[in-house]
Amino acid sequence: MADENWPLYEVFIRSRSGLSHRHAGSVHAAGDQMALDHARDVYTRRNEGVSIWVVRSSEIVASDPAESAAFFDPAADKIYRHPTFYEIPDGVENL
Amino acid sequence: MDKQEALLKYVLRLGDNALVLGQKLSELVTQAPELEEELANANFALDYIGQARLFYSYAAELEGKGRSEDDFAFLRDGNEFRNVLLVEQPNGHFGDAIVRQFLFESFYALQLEALARCSAPRVAEIAARAVKEIHYHLRHVSQWLVLLGDGTDESHSRVQRSLDDHWRFTGELFAGDEVDEAFEREWDGPRLAELEQDWNEKLDTVLADATLTRPAAQWMDGGGRRGRHTEHFGYLIAEMQFLQRAYPGARW
Repeated sequence: MADENWPLYEVFIRSRSGLSHRHAGSVHAAGDQMALDHARDVYTRRNEGVSIWVVRSSEIVASDPAESAAFFDPAADKIYRHPTFYEIPDGVENL
Repeated sequence: MDKQEALLKYVLRLGDNALVLGQKLSELVTQAPELEEELANANFALDYIGQARLFYSYAAELEGKGRSEDDFAFLRDGNEFRNVLLVEQPNGHFGDAIVRQFLFESFYALQLEALARCSAPRVAEIAARAVKEIHYHLRHVSQWLVLLGDGTDESHSRVQRSLDDHWRFTGELFAGDEVDEAFEREWDGPRLAELEQDWNEKLDTVLADATLTRPAAQWMDGGGRRGRHTEHFGYLIAEMQFLQRAYPGARW
């Protein structure tokens, strides 16, 4: 099957100037430029985008779900990292 | 040939090229090797049918005899179609379809670029819109030609064969007749000799990237401009026109 040969690419679309690219999905393609074509045909058919990035899925380094406790849980009780933790002193107009 | 007659005939030819290639590409729907390529092909087919509608509805206005775009598409006989023979060739294998589309679109893109500057305003408007679509098609099929030509030994030999098989239909693209001459003269239309020169240069660049060999100069087929088609064309329009022929005026 062709799937065994065509690598997978992740597709990122910027919907308007000024916004950032967001992950839209993925496509298979026979090459980098062809991946752009396929992303254009699959994900911007209805005027969804003004810019496309594609990157080979195998090039993405992702966090390991098994490590999510070590990665993300420690942030859960650091409420002082949120600006709402701090009371604004009287008399401060601009912060 | 007067100015209006040249315009009508020229617009109909543009519509015929677009409709016939659109029909051939429509036949490939559900046949693509991958979902992504399937969408690309279906888009191409619809782009062409959209362009054919624009040309035919304008031709209907020019003719002024109450015919509609549908009448031009579905109620004319084969010898009334004036498309070039290249676009009616069978889909064959994937490489054949890519080569056919590449050879035609590398010409059609240049034709539309020239038409966008002609002095017939409606034609220029349609061409300016269509050329964007065709530039994208050409980008896509050119890549495929390079991938196949510069791919495996088998893909290379098969696509070289496709190129050799379709070559005899390329001469017709530039073999203008009195309609082309009148349109060029009266409406500042494309100069086919210049188009041919540009086409050859662009073609050689892509063929070099694809490691394909340009076929030797040879006898060229032709006749589409006079309504003389290859044996494949009867089947094509029989399928395309069946519904309107069997159930005249059917709508849904």
